[in-house]
Amino acid sequence: MARYAPTGKLVGALRELGNVAAPSGLLPAVMSRVGLVSSASTTADSYARVETPIGPLFVAFNKAGVSAVMRTAGPAEFERAFRARFGRPAQPIERLPAWVSRAISEYAESGVARGVKSTGSQHALRFDLRGLSEFERAVLLKALEIPRGEVRTYAWIAKEIGRPKAVRAVGSALGRNPVPLLIPCHRVVRSDCRIGEYGLGSDAKRAVLQIEGAEPDALEGLARSGVRYLGSATTRIYCFPTCQHARRVSERHLVQFGSAAEASAAGYRACKVCRPAVAS
Amino acid sequence: MGVFQSTESRLEDDGPLGDEELVAALAADLAGSFERLVLAYQDRLYAFALRLTDSPRDAEEIAQDAFVRAFRALTAYTPERVQALALRAWLYQITLNVARNRLRGKRLQTVPLDHPAAEHHLEPPDGDSTGPESSWERAEGSRELAARLAALPERYRVAVILRHVQGLPYGEAAELLGQPIGTVKANVHRGVRLLREAMNGRAGSELGSTGVLV
Repeated sequence: MARYAPTGKLVGALRELGNVAAPSGLLPAVMSRVGLVSSASTTADSYARVETPIGPLFVAFNKAGVSAVMRTAGPAEFERAFRARFGRPAQPIERLPAWVSRAISEYAESGVARGVKSTGSQHALRFDLRGLSEFERAVLLKALEIPRGEVRTYAWIAKEIGRPKAVRAVGSALGRNPVPLLIPCHRVVRSDCRIGEYGLGSDAKRAVLQIEGAEPDALEGLARSGVRYLGSATTRIYCFPTCQHARRVSERHLVQFGSAAEASAAGYRACKVCRPAVAS
Repeated sequence: MGVFQSTESRLEDDGPLGDEELVAALAADLAGSFERLVLAYQDRLYAFALRLTDSPRDAEEIAQDAFVRAFRALTAYTPERVQALALRAWLYQITLNVARNRLRGKRLQTVPLDHPAAEHHLEPPDGDSTGPESSWERAEGSRELAARLAALPERYRVAVILRHVQGLPYGEAAELLGQPIGTVKANVHRGVRLLREAMNGRAGSELGSTGVLV
């Protein structure tokens, strides 16, 4: 039997005592006592394990849509993590319905068709974003608009949803994305183009961006040399470096800018597609 | 970021991640955001109450009451006041008050360790003792630690639970207890020493009269 002579061991055992999940009846009981309806009371969730280019993931869904994508060690850990976050259980099923698995398999395609603005079925996918705040939903829906193979910045999302100062809150909201990969929060990077953090791990973020053709290494290389935007000397329009329009510009017409102010001082206007005019 | 962060790192943070945003959401739309607060804190407040009382049934009721109280308080607060809340410390404080009110009057009931009710916990489940390293034995060790912890005098128990079970920084624990930080440190230290002595001496008979909570 363990002896508790070293304080560290006892302290570790005490910490373990805090590792307890609340009973599943707690949330519904609280919600009904304060007169609110729990979002958990509507439909049941099912989940299955799926193989993806970044390793196995667990995906849960219900009638409202896909409710969770998580990376856990196994089904038991997934069920625990799911319940801890959403306050309701998820039941295992053999395989995901086609409308879910199709969207996921798209990440397995390497080789990206440039100029394809977005992957159609992603928009057909439904998500269960109940339990998120209005702000969080706005952030995630905006992230959904970023085309495959491109990235935008936290500041860009903040500006696009009309909360230009809420850059950090955008980061937190993306961090709480219940359905990473499917809502492509990995396509949002720091304003200095460093890849930044990711719920499934920042290595996974880099890997997914690579698969999608966003070339994270090249992007960081540009960022290191102080380049934030690329312009075309012929159209005098500037873009985010990964914007499909910037990528069509030939080498000799490509102009680099360190800031939006620098670009407009040089007489360039912001691209109307990637809308890079972020005050920074 | 948030979602996949381990419990460990969450507990080590002294500024709980996400609370700032949660508080802003509560200030803007209490009814719409309250469920998030419950989801974010139900495990922690339940664990806190469970370790204070060592009774799952009491803990569930305490956690429930604490959330209901928190909701009523938030309803009465101005958005500015909600926005300014140190959410985590505030919720622990409410939970502690609810637990104290419940236990007041109803003197902590204890039974000697050799009482049948105590022995019940200490017997291995049928056909499941597979050797000295069995998980039952570890579980039994933590069961006993939980009982010893809950049997500590309140000032040590609360301090040890906040610091070591819940992982709160000393400053935050001191603030929510309304005590100087040095007092909290001393109580944690003393509590840990009592626990260590109790756990190491438990095979001996000198603790035979010490009760476990039921």
